Amino acid sequence: MAAAIEVTDLVKTFKGGVKALTGVSFAVEPGTVFGLLGPNGAGKTTAVRILTTVLRPDAGHATVLGRDVVREPDAVRSLIGLAGQNAAVDEILTGRENLQMIARLNHLPLDFARSRAVELLRQFDLTEAGDRILKTYSGGMRRRLDLAAALVSRPQVLFLDEPTTGLDPQSRLGLWQVIEELVSEGTTVLLTTQYLEEADRLASQLVVIDHGGVISTGTPSELKARLGATVIHVAFHDAQSAQTAAGVLTGVGNGAPRIDGNAVEINVEQGPKTAMEALRLLDQSGLEATEFALREPSLDDVFLALTGRKAEASADDDATPTKRRGRGKKEKS
Amino acid sequence: MTAPAVPTIAPLSRSKLAWAVSDGVAMTKRTLIAYTRIPEALFFTLVQPLMFVLLFRYVFGGAIHPGGGLQYVDILIPGIFVQTLVFGAVGTAIGLSEDLHKGVIDRFRALPMARSAVLAGRTTGDLVKNVPVAIVIFLMGLLVGFRPHGSIVNIVLATLLLLFFSYAISWGFAIIGLTAPNSETAQLMSFPLLFPLTFASGAFAPTETMPSWLRGFADHQPVGALVHSTRSLMLGQPVGSYVWESLAWSVALLAIFSTIAVRSYRKIA
Ligand SMILES: Nc1ncnc2c1ncn2[C@@H]1O[C@H](COP(=O)(O)OP(=O)(O)OP(=O)(O)O)[C@@H](O)[C@H]1O
Ligand SMILES: [Mg+2]
Repeated sequence: MAAAIEVTDLVKTFKGGVKALTGVSFAVEPGTVFGLLGPNGAGKTTAVRILTTVLRPDAGHATVLGRDVVREPDAVRSLIGLAGQNAAVDEILTGRENLQMIARLNHLPLDFARSRAVELLRQFDLTEAGDRILKTYSGGMRRRLDLAAALVSRPQVLFLDEPTTGLDPQSRLGLWQVIEELVSEGTTVLLTTQYLEEADRLASQLVVIDHGGVISTGTPSELKARLGATVIHVAFHDAQSAQTAAGVLTGVGNGAPRIDGNAVEINVEQGPKTAMEALRLLDQSGLEATEFALREPSLDDVFLALTGRKAEASADDDATPTKRRGRGKKEKS
Repeated sequence: MTAPAVPTIAPLSRSKLAWAVSDGVAMTKRTLIAYTRIPEALFFTLVQPLMFVLLFRYVFGGAIHPGGGLQYVDILIPGIFVQTLVFGAVGTAIGLSEDLHKGVIDRFRALPMARSAVLAGRTTGDLVKNVPVAIVIFLMGLLVGFRPHGSIVNIVLATLLLLFFSYAISWGFAIIGLTAPNSETAQLMSFPLLFPLTFASGAFAPTETMPSWLRGFADHQPVGALVHSTRSLMLGQPVGSYVWESLAWSVALLAIFSTIAVRSYRKIA
């Protein structure tokens, strides 16, 4: 079957010489969720903007359902839905007006616009807020309306740029369900995310980009297998103990233990079993841990494993301080 | 949250031109709704000219004698008209800049709508907004003693000339809105352009008393010519060549500004 989205050697350099994309290629199968992962500034948004005809690439080409994004932008636009990274909604309009306006600008019939707005407001738990202007919405409500706006035209291909950033766990789960249902009905979804957990749950294929280039491709399980399914995190009173512990724990997990200040982390395949072994080794060596936790690998761990360095912070890091933090289940010992 | 069954929905079919108009109208409505929902913005658009009217009419006015049997207020109110509508164009820069930096324009560019609609809707909305503004200023003028002796036709012509000019420079401010790094800067960038043009004109004082080098500029620069033509039409005086001059400025500026604005819109990354 032909790919729903086909991207070949995309290059984009911004004014001022920022190389946002240096030759990215991938293909997305129809009716699947494709995850685009990468740290801040990797080029995810740039790729999405090119694929949605908002931005022209400097080189390379891309098609959506066989239509070229540069040569046939109008054809592409009538096939896609976009929820950009910033909730690009109209603050001064009500939720309903926003949805109806998008329907109208999609050149859809007025009665469809009306009923579709009602339907989407209900689907995204915004019925009660539907006739309030967006100024009065919370961040999460705005985000949900933005996602609803992307669905107005029932697009065959949906682009979601960090769709769940800023959503509470319940809304996030709700959105995941919406995406899964859309996909089960045949929609193709390309999403960017900072959360491995999200990519894991939704995406059947992933590409990881960094500094504008692809550094890894595969299924989520392939990616995780490459670095181990669980991270063991042990903290000590001082850096000296962490050093010693790293020596003691060498050979326990995949690769060498990583030292981060007073803490040591190892990637392992079988969490509980390896954890017991690690605890025994630490006990034997007489080291006293202040913290012992098992957590799922975060995107940081993926980047560390793939690039050997931490995901680089960028300017907008401050605005989203919790974005890339691993959200594991910590158990103090 | 459950997704409904998804049969795709066919868009209506119309000609390209019909869609350009329809999309432009939708975007104009969007601009206007914003003004009605934040009446404060419109209110403060009117507070400034009101203060100027009071200041110039009652504080400086006594010291300025226009001669020719005219009262200062007759000179002043047409000047206030011009100043208010010209300054009002800053709204175009601010509005576009906000849309651009909030990502709203990204969304529009990913929709199958007419390319022209974003700029056309913004400038047209700002034009329509100027109609009630002009009416309020006119009434305000009557209250402080402005007596236009021109015929109704001439007064309407003067107003149309003003609105047309404001539309042309609205496109100029669209360029600022599309190129400024944010809306505050867009606003700051606008004033150094506006001040010399409005104040080095006959808007607040007769140009006769200005040094000759300044007078030539003040009489014929776009805002200056507009002040003269508006004033002559409203006061029922011979209009001379100023009306044609203003019209020519408006057409030329509209052509230049809209070309550059459309080009910057295409180029924004
Ligand atoms: N309009 C622009 N002008 C100049 N540089 C830009 C522009 N947009 C993005 N960049 C730069 O291009 C690079 C890639 O940015 P992009 O927004 O695609 O990253 P991202 O992967 O989406 O990051 P994040 O996770 O922070 O959203 C960054 O270095 C960024 O600063
Ligand atoms: Mg981004």
